[in-house]
Amino acid sequence: MTRRTAHALGDNALPRWTHPGAWWVWALGLATAASRTTNPLLLALLVAVAGWVVARRRPDAPWSRSYAVFLRLGLVVIAIRVLFTVFFGSGIGEHVLFTLPGVPLPDWAAGVGIGGPVTAEELLLALYQGMVLATMLACIGAANSLASPARLLASVPSALYEVGVAVVVAMTFAPQLVGDVARVRTARRLRGRPDRGVRAFVGSVMPVLEGALERAVDLAAAMDSRGYGRTGEVTRRVRLASSVLLLLGVVGLCVGVYGLLDGGTPGLIALPLLVIGVLSGVVGMVLAGRRSIRTRYRPDPWALPEWLVSVAGVAPAVVVIAFAVIAPDVLVGPVAPIGWPALPLLPTVAIVVGALAGVVAPRPPGLAVVRDVAPVTLPREEVAA
Amino acid sequence: MIRFEDVSVVYDGGDSPVLSHVDLHVPEGELVLVVGRTGTGKSTLLKCVNGLVPHFTGGTLSGRVTVAGRDTRLHPPRELADVVGIVPQDPLSGFVTDMVEDELAYGMESIGLAPDVMRRRVEETLDLLGLVDLRNRPLLSLSGGQRQRVAIGAVLTTHPKVLVLDEPTSALDPGAAEEVLAALQRLVHDLGVTVLLAEHRLERVVQYADRVVVVHGDGRPLEVGLPHEIMVTAPVAPPVVELGRLAGWDPLPLTVRDARRAAGPLRERLAPLADAAARRARATLHVLDGETALTVDDAVVRHGIVPALRGVSIAADRGEIVAVMGRNGAGKSTLLSTLVGLHVPFAGSVAVGGESPSRLRGRELIRRVGLVPQEPTDLLVADSVGEECASSDRDCSAAPGTTRAVLDRLAPGVHDATHPRDLSEGQRLALALSVVLAAQPPVLLLDEPTRGLDYAAKRRLVTTLRELAADGHCVVLATHDVELAAEVATRVVVLADGEIVADGPATDVVVGSPMFAPQVSKVLSPQPWLTVTEIAAALVAS
Repeated sequence: MTRRTAHALGDNALPRWTHPGAWWVWALGLATAASRTTNPLLLALLVAVAGWVVARRRPDAPWSRSYAVFLRLGLVVIAIRVLFTVFFGSGIGEHVLFTLPGVPLPDWAAGVGIGGPVTAEELLLALYQGMVLATMLACIGAANSLASPARLLASVPSALYEVGVAVVVAMTFAPQLVGDVARVRTARRLRGRPDRGVRAFVGSVMPVLEGALERAVDLAAAMDSRGYGRTGEVTRRVRLASSVLLLLGVVGLCVGVYGLLDGGTPGLIALPLLVIGVLSGVVGMVLAGRRSIRTRYRPDPWALPEWLVSVAGVAPAVVVIAFAVIAPDVLVGPVAPIGWPALPLLPTVAIVVGALAGVVAPRPPGLAVVRDVAPVTLPREEVAA
Repeated sequence: MIRFEDVSVVYDGGDSPVLSHVDLHVPEGELVLVVGRTGTGKSTLLKCVNGLVPHFTGGTLSGRVTVAGRDTRLHPPRELADVVGIVPQDPLSGFVTDMVEDELAYGMESIGLAPDVMRRRVEETLDLLGLVDLRNRPLLSLSGGQRQRVAIGAVLTTHPKVLVLDEPTSALDPGAAEEVLAALQRLVHDLGVTVLLAEHRLERVVQYADRVVVVHGDGRPLEVGLPHEIMVTAPVAPPVVELGRLAGWDPLPLTVRDARRAAGPLRERLAPLADAAARRARATLHVLDGETALTVDDAVVRHGIVPALRGVSIAADRGEIVAVMGRNGAGKSTLLSTLVGLHVPFAGSVAVGGESPSRLRGRELIRRVGLVPQEPTDLLVADSVGEECASSDRDCSAAPGTTRAVLDRLAPGVHDATHPRDLSEGQRLALALSVVLAAQPPVLLLDEPTRGLDYAAKRRLVTTLRELAADGHCVVLATHDVELAAEVATRVVVLADGEIVADGPATDVVVGSPMFAPQVSKVLSPQPWLTVTEIAAALVAS
């Protein structure tokens, strides 16, 4: 693909993979925006935007079905948050909905209450806070279904490549493990043993692990025979230098980040440490990467669509963070007194900009073909039944 | 190209060598077929070629193996990745990535080829193996034949001089096997790749081989020679060769075409006997008019929204052996699992011994119907044969020793202390079969029982199945193996796309079908002969 074709936008572009990094920047931007507001309208809008983009640009692959899973996970989070408030809430607020019988706790557990009055205010607050988490999960789910995990790991620096492979292998193992569990359960049934319940579970752990181990050995043999782990020649000095630099980098990063977040440490110490950590980390990676002789097949380009997708994600984050400083009130779902949340114009527009990602990103390969396929129709006798 | 010099291999903890004093030279551009019974060291021989033995598996290798001038003692498998491509028995177990195109590129990335070279080779390989339509497909969504071709393509992109394949067609239906073998043919003819191939299903591959290597095991030297020479005395031989041996043809034909050209006189001799044989086959069918063992009535089974069976109706009596055939994904396995109640029909009904199997649990189920799954190991849970038999007796509350007695009948001489994984494929199948038979189910189901079996083990299986049917069992087997179906089945049911497209006596269904006809029938059609044993019996009788 020439440079110029890579810059074409949306449906005008030839189908190609959008750089997975761009999708993750976009999704993390939306998640950041979600983390800074409890306004239910804005949160719902964020979920809608993420969902719309997923529906438009999701490829037809096994890993791209995770959005619905993450949405369901979000609902579970909300439910747990609300239930916790019902049972352990402090009962602050005017509108008491109902009262649970209280359980007296010993003195050392002061501050924790079980049961007691449950108010509309605290339930609403719990709901909003649950929604924040659920929205962030939805954004992560969107990135998961839009960006192939394997392609993301393929774009990591070559020094981290082996870690990447381990993760990819782990991910392909998960669905196979599910298949193994089903097979073992079938076998138990065929032997006339219980195929449900705790005993069945205990009985099937060993065979499943055995199968996984056997497959791991097969895979290792296959990877070895296909050249995995061939290394280039590097001098001992370069190897030593890269190790020292990487170690320095990690220490610098940890101390620097801790210093910045802690607030007690003067910024004058933290910031230089962070910079030194990042720099030595980068140099160490480059040196370590020299050992690897790997090349990349068809790396995803980072062209105009990738920039625009990233901007579409970063824009809501920036606007919402700015509003959190200028006018924090509109970003908060009103709890006391209970009221209808406001819909501030600028954050709303910024979040809608996030949906542009679904317009500017090129279609993933294969999707066009899938759409041409006639919908699955059931044979008549099944419908009748 | 490949040279074995006085090679012996002993695995750690093994008391006898797997290979001893092997000498073999494979020149460039040849397709060499490795045959031999299971457990004779074929896989070990193949793994020596790229150094997986001993670098990866452990053990001790003495002597020397060189490939394209490189000594495997000095080069571990990854350093040989650009000269040897090795395709494992189960292609799925060797896939590293998740998409077809990435999988093809993986090997090239590892050895560090330039991006433009990689791109060109991926496109060439897609064309060569007919994978263009699959390039963006996830690997898990591919069929067996497609996976096998992707696995071959994935090792081809590094342009290896040698390709090593371990049973590439044993899990495939006849159509998919043709696909893979045609691709291999093209590699040998157009690219001059040297191919070393192990396969049990000789009837599929022997005609493509330039030379055949027989691995005898038990310390005897390898036997190497031209296919038609080796086949005269080989312990394993496809039916067309056995027919040739019976009729005394010289040179021995390896293909159906050659055999047909030689078969004129034999056909004349057999013509007067054919009618009698057909009558006898029909007659046995009528004798079988026993009590109904299973009925499937207009059953619809779906996986999610995908229909796997679309209104299948079938009934079988005790004493019948029914072969269910059809391409991969036609619904054969689904039919068998529905019969043991693993799937509940969405519409229609299934009854085994008068009961719906999905409502039965535990002993109730295994006393009525038993299934030996595609991977017999799945059924085996214990660490030794003795324990396995004992636990099986407990499972079906039979008298201690019941399973062992069945096993001794099916496969004599298996030691109690052996781990089930250390048994040969045939013995493992026999053990799984004994576990199932211990509960004495009137209905016995077998899914793809001949996968990985050599001819000797297959012959034993045929005898066993006949005895079981004579004892009043109803046997249903799902199989790709047309030779097996021809040998044992009293009735053949062909499934396509979840529907029954043919159901009748084996002779009627199989003769004349280009896909499901056994070799003997192809050679002697239109006469209704199916197996060599049948012909031998008829000739003796006359």
